[in-house]
Amino acid sequence: MLEIRDLHATVEGKEILRGINLTVNKGEIHAIMGPNGSGKSTLAKILAGHPAYEVTKGEVLFEGRDLLELAPDERAREGIFLAFQYPVEVPGVSNAQFLRLAYNEKRKHRGEEELDPLEFKDLLAERAKIVEMDAGLMSRSVNEGFSGGEKKRNEILQMAVLEPKLAVLDETDSGLDIDALRVVADGVNKLRTPDNAIVLVTHYQRLLNYIVPDRVHVLYRGRIVSSGGKELAYELEEKGYDWIKEAVSDQQSAIGA
Amino acid sequence: MSQAIKEQNIYAGAFRELSARDGGPSWVARLREGAFERFEETGFPTTDEEDWKYTNVAPIARSEFQPAPPAAGAELDLAGAEPFIYAEARQSRLVFVNGCFRPDLSSLESVPPGVVAADLAAALAGEHAGVIRENLGRLSEQGGDAFAALNTAFLGGGAFLYVPAGAEVEAPVQLLFLSAPTEPESAAFPRVLVVAERDSRLDIIESYAATEEAAYFTDAVVEVFVGAGARVTHYKVQDESGRAFHVASTRAELARDSSYDLTTVTLGARLSRHNIEVKLDSEGAACRVDGLYIVGDGQHTDTHSLIDHQRPNCTSRQNYKGILDGRSRAVFNGRVFVHEGAHRTDAEQSNKNLLLSSEARVDTKPQLEIFNDDVKCSHGATVGQLEEEELFYLLSRGLHRDLARNLLTYGFAEEIVEKFKFDSIRAQLDEAILNRLRARLEV
Repeated sequence: MLEIRDLHATVEGKEILRGINLTVNKGEIHAIMGPNGSGKSTLAKILAGHPAYEVTKGEVLFEGRDLLELAPDERAREGIFLAFQYPVEVPGVSNAQFLRLAYNEKRKHRGEEELDPLEFKDLLAERAKIVEMDAGLMSRSVNEGFSGGEKKRNEILQMAVLEPKLAVLDETDSGLDIDALRVVADGVNKLRTPDNAIVLVTHYQRLLNYIVPDRVHVLYRGRIVSSGGKELAYELEEKGYDWIKEAVSDQQSAIGA
Repeated sequence: MSQAIKEQNIYAGAFRELSARDGGPSWVARLREGAFERFEETGFPTTDEEDWKYTNVAPIARSEFQPAPPAAGAELDLAGAEPFIYAEARQSRLVFVNGCFRPDLSSLESVPPGVVAADLAAALAGEHAGVIRENLGRLSEQGGDAFAALNTAFLGGGAFLYVPAGAEVEAPVQLLFLSAPTEPESAAFPRVLVVAERDSRLDIIESYAATEEAAYFTDAVVEVFVGAGARVTHYKVQDESGRAFHVASTRAELARDSSYDLTTVTLGARLSRHNIEVKLDSEGAACRVDGLYIVGDGQHTDTHSLIDHQRPNCTSRQNYKGILDGRSRAVFNGRVFVHEGAHRTDAEQSNKNLLLSSEARVDTKPQLEIFNDDVKCSHGATVGQLEEEELFYLLSRGLHRDLARNLLTYGFAEEIVEKFKFDSIRAQLDEAILNRLRARLEV
């Protein structure tokens, strides 16, 4: 489904990604872990097409198509979804209104009839159950005055409504207490199908107790330095990231020598 | 002959004609004459004057608009006026066409007995002549406002609203000023006098619209007297033709413990200027003055306001927002003046602008002048563009770029739109905002 080859990227002239290679097949869940500043969020944002990042080398194929030539909204309509680490507040636009617009954009794209507000209300009520979202939050402005946990739940609700082929969850676990984490994780698990794929970007192993990944990758200084099964996450939890840092600097000094 | 003198002569000729045929009370004739003399003395303002620095009214003077003859627009019938009447004010509306009252297009069925909603020209000689004489021009004739003086000189059609003590008017009263094209192009002088006696309640919708995209000049003056404990809510919707000029003043005086809420929206006119003056004249008075201006290519709008805190314990809130697209220009000059002795004044003022084009320009100047220590005042102004991060968020959900921009712009305006408590006005604004933006924004 997703194939990243030798991806290099910069932000404001600073190189953040230095040759990422990653293949994600449908039905799989991949976790991307790594210390702060390793480039995890950059990778997530580049997949969604954030304008602040510039790809300087490499390619990204999504279902065989060149993803990088698509605008952010085109990517979304093709089935890419990014759950934001810091969801943006959109004053004056109700959550329900916003979700319906987004949902209908996607339906139009697929040549399907748009849903009117009443039809959509039913669909929304059903999807809201997945993340145990309070109905009162539907009529409020998007994310405005939402708590940290509500914002993250709202991201997963959007995922539930838009049913992406590839969902990238950027630090969705950060700032959540254990109950909220469980709700969000349960929601993601319910949305998992054999036909979609999920990439979890996270600093901590904690989330992976609830959403079990097929593959775990460790990102450090803009490269994937280690990949493995879910055991790799436990190893990181036990040893911390210093172990990775040391291993990498050993390798580099070995190369240098 | 210099241009300035020539312009004034056009009005002088028309004024002589009007004076000759006017059969009104002599005090009105004197009021007119005094006003016209003042207009002749000052002439139209120029950009040398601080208050008109950014707004050049020379095109109004140059256009040689003649005061519209009383029969102008007579062919406009109810079907033609219908689209401009708000549903909530169906049975409480006064309609004016090119400044002239049109009883056939008006309806006062739901106006309660004792409350007066009438053509000002007729009321001058009627039962409430005393109230009118006492108040007409009391606020507008101060401060050397040439446009207000010109309006008073040509005083003709207009509305007189009188709410006796303790009366509550349920339905909003709509004052609809419609412009129909005339040959030659003309000027209209809408005039409104509102007197709300103690403990009364009144909602006013003052609206300006055009039946066609014609060039004309509206010079309006509105005076509002809010009695002790009374509550007046005033909405102004300016949706003039895109070729029109609109210069208006709204002046209100607030008695003890009264409240006055003014919400304005500016959509139309090639050039518009709104002078607002709220006098917090007695203790415990409160006002809210909010507005939204949305202008596009070729439009210029200017709001000058003065919130005048004269007495202790008064509150004012002012929130103006602007959306500018294309080659457009907006001016906001908001003064909050706190007099010596106006203790415990509580005033807030804000002006935020959203620029959708690199060719749009805003000059904003909020001013606080405080001659007193014991106050709580704040003010601020911003000029910005759509937030890149907000835009990306919407795009990442699959919204097309134009829709995403539209939605964010709409969101910016929403705070003011929701202050219009009548559904039909909100619907008009929703549509006006979204359609204008949809038509203008890049796809």
